[in-house]
Amino acid sequence: MTTLVTRPEAVVEPPEEAHGPSGLVKWITSTDHKVIGRSYTITAFLFFLVAGSMAIIIRTQLASPDNTIVSQHVYNELFTMHGSVMLYLFAGPFAFGGLANFIVPLQIGAPDMAFPRLNALSYWLYLSGGIIMLLGFVTTSGAADFGWVAYAPLSNSINTPGAGPDMWIVALVLTGFSAIFTGVNICATVFYLRAPGLTMFRMSIFTWNMLVTAILILIAFPVLTAALVMLWCDRHIGSHIFTVAGGGVPVLWQNLFWFFGHPEVYILALPYFGAVTDVLAVFSRKPVFGYKGMIFATIAIAALSTSVWAHHMFTTGTVLLPFFSIMSYLIAVPTGIKFFNWIGTMWRGSITFNTPMLFAVGFLVVFLFGGVTGIFLASPPVDFAMHDTYFVVAHFHEVLFGTVVFGGFSALTYWYPKYTGRMLNDFLGKISFWLMFIGFWVTFVPQYLLGEAGMPRRIAEYLPNMGWTTLNRVSTAGAYMLFLSVAVMLVNFVEAWRRPIPAGDNPWDAHTLEWATSSPPPHHNFYWIPPIRSERPVWDHYHPEHPVEREHPPRTGGDEVAAARSTARPDSRAQFGSAATARGSVNPEGPSHEPRAAGDPGDDHEGQS
Amino acid sequence: MPPRRRAHAKAFGRRGPILVLVGLALAAGGCTYPTFGASHGADVQGQEIGKLYSGMFMAGLVVAAIVWGLIAWSVFRYRRKKHDNSIPRQFQEHIPLEITYTILPLVIVIIIFAFTVITENEVDAVSKRPAQTVDVTGYQWGWIFSYQNANGLTLRTQGAVRSFPAAKGYTADVYPQLVLPEGRPTKIVLRSADVVHEFYVHAFNFGRFAQPGVTNVFEFTPVQTGVFPAQCSEYCGLYHSEMLFSVRVVAYPRYESWLRYQEHHLNQIPKHYPLTQR
Amino acid sequence: MKAEGTVLLVIGAFFGVVAIVYWFWSGETSGTAMLTGAFLLGLLPGSYYLWWSRRMRPRPEDDPHAEREEGAGVVGAFPSSSIWPFVLGLSAASVGLALVFGSWTAIVGFVVAAAAVIGVIRESRRGGVV
Repeated sequence: MTTLVTRPEAVVEPPEEAHGPSGLVKWITSTDHKVIGRSYTITAFLFFLVAGSMAIIIRTQLASPDNTIVSQHVYNELFTMHGSVMLYLFAGPFAFGGLANFIVPLQIGAPDMAFPRLNALSYWLYLSGGIIMLLGFVTTSGAADFGWVAYAPLSNSINTPGAGPDMWIVALVLTGFSAIFTGVNICATVFYLRAPGLTMFRMSIFTWNMLVTAILILIAFPVLTAALVMLWCDRHIGSHIFTVAGGGVPVLWQNLFWFFGHPEVYILALPYFGAVTDVLAVFSRKPVFGYKGMIFATIAIAALSTSVWAHHMFTTGTVLLPFFSIMSYLIAVPTGIKFFNWIGTMWRGSITFNTPMLFAVGFLVVFLFGGVTGIFLASPPVDFAMHDTYFVVAHFHEVLFGTVVFGGFSALTYWYPKYTGRMLNDFLGKISFWLMFIGFWVTFVPQYLLGEAGMPRRIAEYLPNMGWTTLNRVSTAGAYMLFLSVAVMLVNFVEAWRRPIPAGDNPWDAHTLEWATSSPPPHHNFYWIPPIRSERPVWDHYHPEHPVEREHPPRTGGDEVAAARSTARPDSRAQFGSAATARGSVNPEGPSHEPRAAGDPGDDHEGQS
Repeated sequence: MPPRRRAHAKAFGRRGPILVLVGLALAAGGCTYPTFGASHGADVQGQEIGKLYSGMFMAGLVVAAIVWGLIAWSVFRYRRKKHDNSIPRQFQEHIPLEITYTILPLVIVIIIFAFTVITENEVDAVSKRPAQTVDVTGYQWGWIFSYQNANGLTLRTQGAVRSFPAAKGYTADVYPQLVLPEGRPTKIVLRSADVVHEFYVHAFNFGRFAQPGVTNVFEFTPVQTGVFPAQCSEYCGLYHSEMLFSVRVVAYPRYESWLRYQEHHLNQIPKHYPLTQR
Repeated sequence: MKAEGTVLLVIGAFFGVVAIVYWFWSGETSGTAMLTGAFLLGLLPGSYYLWWSRRMRPRPEDDPHAEREEGAGVVGAFPSSSIWPFVLGLSAASVGLALVFGSWTAIVGFVVAAAAVIGVIRESRRGGVV
């Protein structure tokens, strides 16, 4: 059923719950952003567990030299699928499918995503793509085994024949389209469905980062899809785009792939940066420090990240080293701004250490070191020494694990009350955090040292006389700790499910609009929206005596001025009408007034025909 | 204080705080600088990289320590006391401070970039008259090294003796070995016969892709004799883990006699390597 | 609409500058082509938004002093449930599998996809029932 959604002006009584489908039918047919967001989150988390288990097998294999727990072929499949599932099916969809879907419409006071059915289509494309990718394991050739980067010509039909690699390609095209649709949806939602008064520079940092992520998706993913189509053509219809013998250029694949691949890293990172920013501000009881600087830094990171793709190709000898080197270095500047703003947000705050905050601070600590080692690798000579060694493995795991898992768990535990209406157990959450934090360093510091000792990545075995055995054992032990930490988190979810602790609307005394509605939010989200006069409407509502201090107050700031202005010019009241009338109309005469539905509680048109 | 260290201290004093951030190890020189586990480099180019890496690592540690310190301070200093429900000041901006921490990282990365470019040019330089040119070809899953000798003959080597330090239960002579003269520049011309490989010599701090359709040229000037393990580091298919080789650096006279010996004894390698490009 | 358009234009302009610098410095074609694509991706929607923003009243969400009443009223038509995205997703997946296991089986996927597209369009026209 389609509902004509109206936005309430003041408090209205909740209407009777509509009798919709339930159970499996509801899951399959729902176009509600909250249902889809929840499905995305759960699915992505399952993929995380699958890929994490692969990592455990990989680490177990490497615990001893010349180990034969899995064969070389299976090992190659495992690290390929570990990378692919983690990057394409967990990290990205968890953020822009799960968190963004659920949270962005709530944070901007929208009833749903702009295109609900496109949103549902995204989810089904993502789910089917994910299943197809994993089904590669049951084909006769096995799953794809050319690494998650699929460098040509290793990925052609001579070197890696069979259905498994083809399924990998198809799965990526499907999930790629899913990401593109979600990107379009997020952009449209943020641009067109914000609540009155919620200007662009009053959106929370999380919503801002999701918007920038969506733009990055639109830049990067089409390139990947195009490259995959070329690869499919090379494999199936005899084109020679990436083969030398046919006059093709293998390096082109690397250019295309990394033009997608590097922005992809930031597509994975930016949403979690945003979530962590919100968490730090809420648990420090302070506004985000340097709010606008934060936004400009995000945009700068996004822009720069699309002009550094070839720093993955320094050792090819075919790229312009100084250009990509300086562009990569420059990313450190906006990232540094973010770091200092995060510290500034905590500075002189009143910090409580609930699980989300612990994970957020953990993110700061681990991501910093990952970022610093990233600076090393942006230097071509150092990259010559470290490229394709475990140093790089440790670097990008520290960056990605730091953002996606620490940031992701921070976001998940922060918004879990909003998702489910229940609190998580803080004690279990803290155990999970400390296991993860310690396990993280135990896993990845040895990998840095291994890289410095010259151990290449993606090798299934190594000689016992290379001196790598001890460090590998330590790293494996750390990986088991990480596994344990995730297991504790799972126990926490089960506990919250079995013995629910009601959360209430606003358990964290938070800032943004999602905490103004109930937990979990009703269909179409809001019965009431607080007035929006800053980027912290809910805080302003509960703590009207503690607004943001501004050094240079805006010339027409403050509620009194606003009130005066709106009473003086009643004409400025615009109808928040359907898209055709209010938004797009060319009306030089001024607005058409008669605010609709004012004080009309039952105005929830069930426009079913 | 020994004279060497005093000289260091003097250099440090002259160049000021920038050195703290970037140049500490670069100024130190020699083999005394710390590399935190990485190789110092057994050739001239690798030593340059080792110095740059060491300098960057120290600068990075300093920056990381400062930021970690700030994080730790704010986390421990500003935690909420029990029964304290007061709300802190709601400040949000400090424009001069924000500009400072935008400019500062910018200055740091520009300095690092300058050092990077200097080292990069030294590492990538190829001399006009190298002592020796070696053609290296990577294939699935091995390496071929061919030498042009003075008589215009092409010598191909593949297997080698004692390429790896012996380990229990391992015959170490199955992997190919590249032999280089000490103290002379040797030009390497790198190609691939099939997929992308990476010619990675850890002791030289150097890796370069061997790619179909691309010929990469670079130079080593070894400064240390010995046998250095090396291997393909770019994933190249099923037996990637076993694509090992080694580099043996010998004094120049021994090198010359080795080359003559090759000419007479080891040039009968069958020519059916999978060298067709695909 | 001004802020939205400006954000896109700034990103687009950045890529324009980078594309020019990259082309003249490296002369490499694939990267220049992709950067130009990114430039256009910022330019087209960005200038469209700006063009519109001059021709419309500021919306309540662009006005920092807007009152809640200004936003009251109909927001839009949002379907609360529909089976067609699921059908469309499955048909896309089956077309994808056909590209792996034999292209002729794609016919099934295309037929189902066509049915789903018709279903979606009819649903939109009617105002939508599952």
